[in-house]
Amino acid sequence: MCDTCGCSGDGGAVLRKPGVKDYHVHVGDDGHHHHHDHSHDHAHEHHHDHHGEARKVQMEQDVLLQNNMLAERNRGWFEARRVLALNFLSSPGSGKTSILEKTIPMLLEQCPVTVIEGDQQTTNDADRIDALGVPVIQVNTGTGCHLDAQMVQRAVRELDPPERSLLCIENVGNLVCPALFDLGEAAKVVVISVTEGEDKPLKYPTMFHEADICLLNKTDLLPHLDFDAAKCREYAMQVNHHLEWIEVSAKTGEGFEQWIAWLKTKLAAL
Amino acid sequence: MHEMSIAMSVIEAVVDKAREEGGGKITGIDLVVGRLAGVEVESLKFCFGAAARDTLAEGAELVIEEPEGRGRCEACGAEFPVTSFYAKCSSCGQFRVKIESGQELAVRSFTIE
Repeated sequence: MCDTCGCSGDGGAVLRKPGVKDYHVHVGDDGHHHHHDHSHDHAHEHHHDHHGEARKVQMEQDVLLQNNMLAERNRGWFEARRVLALNFLSSPGSGKTSILEKTIPMLLEQCPVTVIEGDQQTTNDADRIDALGVPVIQVNTGTGCHLDAQMVQRAVRELDPPERSLLCIENVGNLVCPALFDLGEAAKVVVISVTEGEDKPLKYPTMFHEADICLLNKTDLLPHLDFDAAKCREYAMQVNHHLEWIEVSAKTGEGFEQWIAWLKTKLAAL
Repeated sequence: MHEMSIAMSVIEAVVDKAREEGGGKITGIDLVVGRLAGVEVESLKFCFGAAARDTLAEGAELVIEEPEGRGRCEACGAEFPVTSFYAKCSSCGQFRVKIESGQELAVRSFTIE
């Protein structure tokens, strides 16, 4: 973990289960990557051998190669098992968990649902999902600001989503960092709420550019606010003209018909 | 603040490759970080020192090339430089740009002694 910037990388994440006190799995335990200690030893072994001749080694390698390869493995696993994996992204407090609480009971007749909850600390969100009676794993990223493919791989191993099911991955509330980390999902669902600025898509364009669908949440509050939903949509489309757009209220259920229809179409295509 | 993860991924990739090459001290790393990559170059440099500590890359000089973004209009086909994802087409004025480059995030090479 880096105490300078506050990001714990992938060594610090811990899986937890609501109501199971002793359950505690460190994501890095299987030593998937992280060779920092090794390289340390190595540096010393070779320290006395080198003759100071500098040479250039070509790499041309994507920095996120490790994550992307792992994400592709996750994706392959999901496809083979016909699991629809969705990555839910938003700022803290936009209503990702509330949307899941509303969505899951509406889908359970159609297919099983499992959930991975990402937060720095607490199992509060997992507790809310657990109350719905669906399997859930909480990933506590510690000081980490995003989920990565390794955390998801580890959580999926614990969760073991059944065939032809929906896996909802609720990322850490953050509109910046999670945009860069592919988890192996079929689609990214970005959520914004009407209590935020309508220019959010312009302020955090990377996230909106990477997303497949945007849910504008808390529309029940629109009469009390100056939020211009049409403007917000226009901004989002300027960043990503392929973005699908649905306006919902997790509180009243407004717009959920359309959202559930979107999910059912995706599920039918598995 | 994902730059720390990025810095650690860079170190990991380079150190792995350096070991394949027989070890030695890494004195320089050349990165390509496109202007639309979603990575703050200053933060990355800041994190790099911490991420490199106690590795073969400790003290390595980080050289970062930052290629500009280029987009192509899906409406009229014009190609033009872009500085953000909400670029307006310089020919037809529509916001239907497809990003062609500028999202690169790669280790180009490193120097080993």
